[in-house]
Amino acid sequence: MKVRKLAISLATIVSLVAPPALADLVIPWLSYRTGPYSPSGIPAADGFADYFTLLNERDGGIGGELVKIIECETGYNTQKGVECYEATKGEGSLVYAPLSTGITYQLIPKVAVDQIPMHTMGYGRTSAKNGAIFEWIFNFPGNYWDGASIAINHILDENGGDISGKKIALVYHNSAYGKEPIKTLEKLAEKHGYELSLIPVDHPGLEQKSQWLEIRRGRMDYVLMWGWGVMNSVAIQEAANIRFPMENFIGIWWSGSENDVIPAGERAHNYKALALHGVGTDYPLYDDLKTYVYDKGLAAGDGSSVGSVLYNRAVYNSALLAEAIRTAQEMHGVSDITPVMMRDGLENLSVTEEVMTSWGLPGFAPPFEVSCENHGGDGLAMVQQWDAEAQEWNIITGLISSDKEVIDPLITEDSTQYATENNITPRC
Amino acid sequence: MQTLLFALEVSLNGFMTGILYALVALGFVLIFKASGVFNYAQGVMVLFAALTLVGLQQGIVPFEHLINNLLGTSIHGFGWNMPTFLALLLTLLTMLLLAWLVEKLILKHLVNQNPVILFMATIGLAYFLEGFGDLMWGADLKKLDIGVPMGISDTVEQATYDWFGYGFFIDRLDITASIVAALLVIGLTIFSQFSKTGRALRAVADDHQAALSVGISLRRIWVIVWSIAGLVALIAGIFWGSKSGVQFSLSLVALKALPVLMLGGLTSIPGAIVGGLLIGVGEKLFDFMVGPMIGGATENWFAYVVALVFLLFRPQGLFGEKIIERV
Repeated sequence: MKVRKLAISLATIVSLVAPPALADLVIPWLSYRTGPYSPSGIPAADGFADYFTLLNERDGGIGGELVKIIECETGYNTQKGVECYEATKGEGSLVYAPLSTGITYQLIPKVAVDQIPMHTMGYGRTSAKNGAIFEWIFNFPGNYWDGASIAINHILDENGGDISGKKIALVYHNSAYGKEPIKTLEKLAEKHGYELSLIPVDHPGLEQKSQWLEIRRGRMDYVLMWGWGVMNSVAIQEAANIRFPMENFIGIWWSGSENDVIPAGERAHNYKALALHGVGTDYPLYDDLKTYVYDKGLAAGDGSSVGSVLYNRAVYNSALLAEAIRTAQEMHGVSDITPVMMRDGLENLSVTEEVMTSWGLPGFAPPFEVSCENHGGDGLAMVQQWDAEAQEWNIITGLISSDKEVIDPLITEDSTQYATENNITPRC
Repeated sequence: MQTLLFALEVSLNGFMTGILYALVALGFVLIFKASGVFNYAQGVMVLFAALTLVGLQQGIVPFEHLINNLLGTSIHGFGWNMPTFLALLLTLLTMLLLAWLVEKLILKHLVNQNPVILFMATIGLAYFLEGFGDLMWGADLKKLDIGVPMGISDTVEQATYDWFGYGFFIDRLDITASIVAALLVIGLTIFSQFSKTGRALRAVADDHQAALSVGISLRRIWVIVWSIAGLVALIAGIFWGSKSGVQFSLSLVALKALPVLMLGGLTSIPGAIVGGLLIGVGEKLFDFMVGPMIGGATENWFAYVVALVFLLFRPQGLFGEKIIERV
């Protein structure tokens, strides 16, 4: 009797800890639904999960294979992010998307050893754009240096191409992420003759009085922001407090969500941020999401973040990964792809207007192509502006290109240095 | 001359920010003074109070996500926004209930335990309350607006411009917070000096054993003092929440209160105020004068360095009671 009970218990345990069915396409999502950055992490996690639920429900997965999302909570903590990676890499994981620059930096050497690609969409290490050196890292469709240059190009457009003598401040999260654009902005300052002030804000950024008094004293013409979490909303409040003209305050795409502007109420009106993609829910994809996910009660969240900037970004992120899976399946003629095949899919990704229309997202983002040399896409973005009365973001520019003349040498320099330090031979 | 004016403006803003720090520190002091417990959960109480206030104000049904998931319903709020006064009142009642529950479920069972055990219990309480708040009101960012004026004070700007030729920036929210903090300290002082309960609080703070021997109920005092700390947390939550929106990060304001406590002493209400002001003014002036030379972002660590240096010379803080242990 005891032996029978023991056998049943063992069988139960084995069934609980058994790995997922090998046919599943496994994608881990290093989420942060808890902790100080959870208001940003929750809509992103929901968008990512909802898109793949749609593909599973509507299309039976991708190429006949169901997609399995493994969500692992990091709390935006780098150490926990690495633990999540170690815990999930053996599950047949095809690609990682850590949504954190800090975690990305820690995982870069690890994914190279484990030969699992990592996609850091619009964040992470900028010079990973150089695919010849960073074989396993992809940061398309744009990176921080593109962002810095696009913001400056927008300011140039507003000033008839001449910003010499203008005072531009960078308010940044005092971390690896926040420091990313500094070098580019310094190079661009040399080229365009503007005066750059660097104003760091320590985590979490609840108190920024000193920084904004400095901006007021310095009579800055423009302020750029590389913030995340509560730092963004406090900065926008403080900017409003000192009556800084909001149309001259431009955030990177991680400083341009509803969470960032809503606490300041109508005083956030006209605040700008860069946009990697479209806003709102006016795309056919959302009809399908409603039919196959929300109405069936399969949504990851409560529906309150649907169509928000960060939800849309995660939907876009998952659509790109799904397209890369399709590409890999076509290239290798198998549906059950491996991480190495996934790398090939990412490296041969071609996102055209036709492709985006097939996703149900026509005109949502710029078309681009990825190659062995270029893992970062074309680096195009738009500018979005907050309408406080209508409580919505509006895209106010066309696609703006970054200054490749300045950025490309920086990428070459940084990635070559990384290759030298790590004995990497450029492969293409 | 202009640098002097800038320094004056920075000092004034530091002064106001210091009051906001002191508001958080006050909650720690009240509980430590009455029970010898360093309440690690004070920062989370600030968050919980603000979450409850804004949740009620916005007509959110507590635990609605949980209810919807368990019962398959689709409840999304009461359908109306609660008047601010009523929301404030209900939040206060919630904080009183929390104080009662803390005493009933935690402190009562830990009487006469080592202070470290009580401290550990408050760590547990902090993490529980954090998750409980999320579950009750949702983790999304909420805008808190109870009509506190915000933004630059035109009066101060104009007056200083007329006097010095340079208009100072002072946030109207900070001015309001200063007035409220002053009223709060006056109220607490009157309460502790002139009311019977207040005298009992002081007796407990002075000597637990002696207070017990004359018939003061330690458990009742704990409920009262945690309730007052809850009120202080609500006030701090209103001002900090109005600045940043109400979200998890609000609990991190406690990090700003720790150097204030180290400087002012854990057992003194005036110490919390003076400590807050010294830290506020000190960190802002340091960042203004030295920050540009060393890359800025000095405020977080500077406050702790000041507090640490202070600890070396006066471990009990400015106004704290000197610890004398006789062998």
